[in-house]
Amino acid sequence: MLEFLLMIIKTMIVFAIVLAHVAYTTYAERKIIGRAQARMGPMEVGPHGLLQPIADFIKIFFKEDIIPVKSEKFIFQIAPLIVLVFTMVNLTVIPFTANFVLADLNIGLLFILASASIAVYGIILAGWASNSKYSFLGGLRSASQVLSYEIALALSLAGVVLASGSLNLKDIVIAQHNTIFGIYAIPQIIGFVVFIVAAFAETNRAPFDLPEAETELVAGYLTEYSAFRYALFFLAEYVAMYIMASLCALCFLGGWTVPKFITHIFPFLHKVPGLLWFAIKVYAFIFLYIWVRATFPRYRFDQLLNIGWKVLIPAGIINLIIIAFVKKFH
Amino acid sequence: MVKIIFVYFAILIIASALAAITRKNLVYSLFWILLMFIHLGGLYLLLNAEFLAMVQLIVYAGAILVMFLFVIFLLNLKEEIKEAVFLHKWSSRLYGILFLLFFAFLGVWSFKNNFKGIYSIELIEKEGHTKVLGTVLFNEYLFPFLILGFILLVPLLGVGIVALRRKTNGTT
Repeated sequence: MLEFLLMIIKTMIVFAIVLAHVAYTTYAERKIIGRAQARMGPMEVGPHGLLQPIADFIKIFFKEDIIPVKSEKFIFQIAPLIVLVFTMVNLTVIPFTANFVLADLNIGLLFILASASIAVYGIILAGWASNSKYSFLGGLRSASQVLSYEIALALSLAGVVLASGSLNLKDIVIAQHNTIFGIYAIPQIIGFVVFIVAAFAETNRAPFDLPEAETELVAGYLTEYSAFRYALFFLAEYVAMYIMASLCALCFLGGWTVPKFITHIFPFLHKVPGLLWFAIKVYAFIFLYIWVRATFPRYRFDQLLNIGWKVLIPAGIINLIIIAFVKKFH
Repeated sequence: MVKIIFVYFAILIIASALAAITRKNLVYSLFWILLMFIHLGGLYLLLNAEFLAMVQLIVYAGAILVMFLFVIFLLNLKEEIKEAVFLHKWSSRLYGILFLLFFAFLGVWSFKNNFKGIYSIELIEKEGHTKVLGTVLFNEYLFPFLILGFILLVPLLGVGIVALRRKTNGTT
């Protein structure tokens, strides 16, 4: 019983921390994009606009929840929940430090891929249930995009699985720490690049934010949503960004560990707690997300699919073959 | 405890399968099939087949069902089909039932009580399901595995050829 209670408390702590991070990621995003465009970003609410996310939350919470008359009511209402639940459930398998993980699954990596593939349904069904052409096209675009990039993502992660010999995220980090470079990003540079590009597409972020391209589709599958249901989609998108960032940190950048050759030169780095290393890596990836959004223009949809099928998937296969040969003859 | 969970999964699988084939709206029936696939994954987990459970979700729920959804959207079935279908004839219903019963009996007959192979539950629990599955698949069933790969390659090439013909208006 006590164990069960402890589990609930742990889960709540993780969720609360992630939600706080999501709130302040929106703030960081507005600030960084503002700087990139020579503006100040939010400045009015609190010192340097620090209370802006809270003000936004209060505003969106009290708005009217509009449901279109001709929509499929039940699916329209449940779609944001599907997306959010199957995104947040990924947090349970992510090891934040060596001994803090909610569920130490043997197949953690596959679990993340599986729940990501179910979260797509929320988006497709949201587009369909809204009974609007913009929403519907946005939903279909999102589905085909996520389906094609999931293959590239899985291929790049397959290289990691092959090199470490485990599907458990914790074992992957430990196996990684024991290699010469200490991170898989150096020997598997092709897989790393494929992973980054696929992660951008998988979370529907710029430059692959075709499902919500303002110039063509108003807001894509979000068009008919308002108030809190919109906020749920928004939340799911940012949580998915954090999942991808942590996956990148765990599978390619060594998670909570530092490469041995670095600690060999600077021994004092041993004292830094693992959680801090993990956080730094995740924040760097989130910063990359925002940076890319501020600098790159959006791709056309055929370009997007061409990149996925003609560049990333062959590159992922080549990476996998190289890793297989290295593993066999090393 | 395990029995209760099993009963829950079994009942929900059957109920959602029944719900899926009785819905008028195809998108709703697809939703029920999704629920069924998720519960099938749960049943695999109960049998210590963790790898199979996740692959069930990724392949069936994540890829194949989305393809079905695309087909439904492409055909744009606003109203349900009202014509008499194949199953409205009594003789075809009878044949259908006999056919299903045949497979049910085949399944019952092939059931072996207390079957013991090399791969006992203890071994799988110790080694990890993914590892054991990989060892068996790539050692004992390598040839069927390769043939399956070729079979899957054929429709892939077929789709490519169809798309290419459409692009060049049939004049290869």
